[in-house]
Amino acid sequence: MSAPAPAALPFDDPAHQREAAVLGMWVFLAAELLFFGGALAAYAGYRGQHERAFEAASNRTRIGLATANTAILLTSSAAMAGAVGAARAGRRRAAFAGLAATILLGSLFLAIKAAEYRAEIGEGLLPTRGFRWDGPDAPQARLFFSFYFVLTGIHAAHMVAGLGVLATLAVRLLRRGDPGANAVEVAGLYWHFVDLVWIYLFPLLYLFGRHRP
Amino acid sequence: VRTILTTLALLLVLTAATTGLAYVDLRGFSGLAALAIASAKALAVLAVFMHLRGSPRLLWTIVGMAVACLGVLLVLTMSDILTRGGLETGAVEAGPRVPFR
Repeated sequence: MSAPAPAALPFDDPAHQREAAVLGMWVFLAAELLFFGGALAAYAGYRGQHERAFEAASNRTRIGLATANTAILLTSSAAMAGAVGAARAGRRRAAFAGLAATILLGSLFLAIKAAEYRAEIGEGLLPTRGFRWDGPDAPQARLFFSFYFVLTGIHAAHMVAGLGVLATLAVRLLRRGDPGANAVEVAGLYWHFVDLVWIYLFPLLYLFGRHRP
Repeated sequence: VRTILTTLALLLVLTAATTGLAYVDLRGFSGLAALAIASAKALAVLAVFMHLRGSPRLLWTIVGMAVACLGVLLVLTMSDILTRGGLETGAVEAGPRVPFR
């Protein structure tokens, strides 16, 4: 895949094609940033209004699992970066290994997230009619969990989509051997972006207010 | 590969640090500290994993535009919310509240 493949039609040379592919993904990520940004702005606004209630609700989330998951996702990003480097260098086996590790770690993240959801739903924290809250400010706590489930839910949906793309690339590497380094690099950019979103979701949803008993 | 592993080690250390720090009473600076650490991690991911370091200017322009738009979104939203007193009735007399302390 590092072999100087001829550029696809509208491009003068492979470097030009790579630049266009990377630029296109960044433009998409810019739109994604504003998508998550809108949700986070709403969350920040409500949090400012109901600080104590949001902190009390936030303290019910699983900080241990979330910290582990953060480490897992960061490691998956490192594996993805390795896969991109290997694909660029034309090392197919290493690229496949990197993709496989990324897929494995990403799936582990989702499995842990599912365990969190399961425990929280079991405690009645799903913000539906069955929402159970013993402390004061139940409506505000419910609002926090609405944001919690929606924000982590759309993040998880992005991960599922990313896993699908990575799996497709891995299969193509196994079969015909050449999805092209550009495809791997662009998929990598998307995966790192999903990682970036989590880097901010983690403190925003799990950490604030932990020091208060 | 060495750069990737060094970056990963840094990211993992920062993750452990931010979880630990969350339990320390920083007198109102907990949120700021957590967001600062998150931003340090984000910069590391952007620069190393996403190859922004050494990318062409055009790419920087796109990323800069995206971040600037996000900034406008957040600043205008917060400047509205923080100056209107409260989203719900009853919060008005409490005055503006700064989120993430």
